[in-house]
Amino acid sequence: MKNSSKRVIEVKALARVEGEGALHVTLKDDEIVALRFQIFEPPRFFEAFLQGRSYNEVPDITARICGICPVAYQMSSVHALEQAFGLKLGENYAQLRRLLYCGEWIESHALHILMLHAPDFFGLSSVLELNQRFPQVVEQGLRLKKAGNALVTVVGGREVHPINVRVGGFYRAPERKELRELIPSLKEARNIAREVLDWVADFPFPELEIDYEFVSLKDPREYPMNRGRLVSNKGIDICADEFTTVFEERQVEHSNALHCLRRDTGGSYQVGPLARFNLCFEQLPASLQKIAAERGFTPPCNNPFKSIIARALETLYACQEALRIIDSYQRPDRPHLEPDIKVGSGSWFTEAPRGILFHSYDVDENGLIKRAEIVPPTSQNQARMEDDLRRLIPTLLHLPIEEMRARCEQAIRNYDPCISCATHFLRLDIERL
Amino acid sequence: MKKKLAVWKFSSCDGCQLSLLDCEDELLTLADQLELAYFLEASSRVQPGPYDLSLVEGSISTPHEERAIQEIRSQSKFLVSIGACATSGGIQALRNFADVRDFLSVVYARPDYIETLDKVSPISQHVKVDFELRGCPINKRQLLEVANAFLNRRRPNIPNHSLCMECKRRGLVCVTVAHGTPCLGPVTQAGCGALCPAYNRGCYGCFGPMETPNTAALAQRLKDHGMSSQEISRVFRTFNAEAPAFKEESLRHEE
Repeated sequence: MKNSSKRVIEVKALARVEGEGALHVTLKDDEIVALRFQIFEPPRFFEAFLQGRSYNEVPDITARICGICPVAYQMSSVHALEQAFGLKLGENYAQLRRLLYCGEWIESHALHILMLHAPDFFGLSSVLELNQRFPQVVEQGLRLKKAGNALVTVVGGREVHPINVRVGGFYRAPERKELRELIPSLKEARNIAREVLDWVADFPFPELEIDYEFVSLKDPREYPMNRGRLVSNKGIDICADEFTTVFEERQVEHSNALHCLRRDTGGSYQVGPLARFNLCFEQLPASLQKIAAERGFTPPCNNPFKSIIARALETLYACQEALRIIDSYQRPDRPHLEPDIKVGSGSWFTEAPRGILFHSYDVDENGLIKRAEIVPPTSQNQARMEDDLRRLIPTLLHLPIEEMRARCEQAIRNYDPCISCATHFLRLDIERL
Repeated sequence: MKKKLAVWKFSSCDGCQLSLLDCEDELLTLADQLELAYFLEASSRVQPGPYDLSLVEGSISTPHEERAIQEIRSQSKFLVSIGACATSGGIQALRNFADVRDFLSVVYARPDYIETLDKVSPISQHVKVDFELRGCPINKRQLLEVANAFLNRRRPNIPNHSLCMECKRRGLVCVTVAHGTPCLGPVTQAGCGALCPAYNRGCYGCFGPMETPNTAALAQRLKDHGMSSQEISRVFRTFNAEAPAFKEESLRHEE
């Protein structure tokens, strides 16, 4: 009989993620016998207390699901409700919403790249330690993040839980002058984003290739944010109404987050920057495709650790896109259009910084919510994170336990898990029997 | 020696602790003054207590959280609860007006796997809190003021008057008087900078009740503007629903 080794790794709570979670791995003779990615973020029951609220309260309430990506919650909810009321908005509203989303992509991606993920590639614990080694990068990265926040503040009113989004448009459409004042900081942000892209593209990446099913929105006109069909590299091509026929949320005993899987195969899939990059590369402007190609970063990319490059590329894109929108901005005559309140159902998905965010509502004749369903990106990526760890851990068995643990944490952070959102938690134990 | 700062999370959206990371211009200076001894969202290096200043985000909604807050209090010299969840229960306190078992079955197929309390409560209901910073989310300028005051051993200068004062000072036109827009400004604590009126909408009460608010008079005014009892009950029942003044007013109009 082979000598059986027993080693235990324990991390009480995973750091540098949004929310609380843990991972438990049990190894027996180098075989994984159990692997559980746990979310112990307490349940908050949004879908339940949305029932009986008015449609016009929904974007303010759903924003509170997540302090990191409130804009995404507001965008998915207003589009789904406009769908329920049959309200169509013109292109100028669509562009202004896209501009707001650009701001959230910039600040959220800059936060993740710089403060949460980059320290992993150098064995550091935080952005403060990173600052000791790369003071210029950190100083510039903070300015990049600030430019994204400034954009959200002007269009949305404040960085966290913006107040300006409503069903039918906005409470107040910004004036052209207010937006033009953002141009200098966005131009600087664009230059910084380009340097950040160069910096992360040269990171030491662990070797890992996985045959993923990537899922993202796709729209022939543009890189996806608020519109498009949902597609995958393995045959999915659907509209929002079909989401729950193709995917299902399953509850597992070890987690307060629901796992979202493909209904037919029960398989996991990946959403987020790497999925969008792989599926929508040709929707990026030619200049950005060229910049990516010069750094050897073209689809297909199946190395999950390289998601940080996709995130940096998207940050650069969002800066450019924001500048483009501001340049051609036409202030809508009316800040919002009044919906025609009626009984109806509406579903929509948008691209949150972390991937697909699905919302679906039934509304009664008074505009009150009868049913709400919300599927956040992290609950979709959760099963995929577990599957990635199953692939990764066998390649790490030669490493000391501390390094194994660090690598596992890094692999989870590839997904920028936003655990507050997914709850409907991270602690890491690796136990060797 | 630098004072040790800890940032703790209970039931919440992470937005208030994010406000600390959103202080892009001040973060590095702040880190020179205070040692980030425990701040999981930002650092995987964790130092043991005791801590000089603890910032606590989120409300108490699970049996685990009930126990954890006691331990954190015992490790903290000065404890500040930050944000509507920590100071008044936050949005998840909406369950206090319903049966949590009904809620569980709406979201989860197997409610028996979920550990949760029937009632959600603010931090001050469990331990002594040295200062409460309001807001959903908190205002980062006010957060810096709290940190600054702590470092300089003085009381934070955080006004508890109504939003109306802030609104007037900004020179904004009253949305209620001019447009008949329902607004919670007269009963809501200032701190956001009168954001909603600046965007042509009524205040919806993120910062919770001001000191001695006359909610009954405001409710009458809302009624005069044509709002139903149900609607009046709902406007007081959002992100600070468990704050006593808002709670009582919302119950008065419940059908």
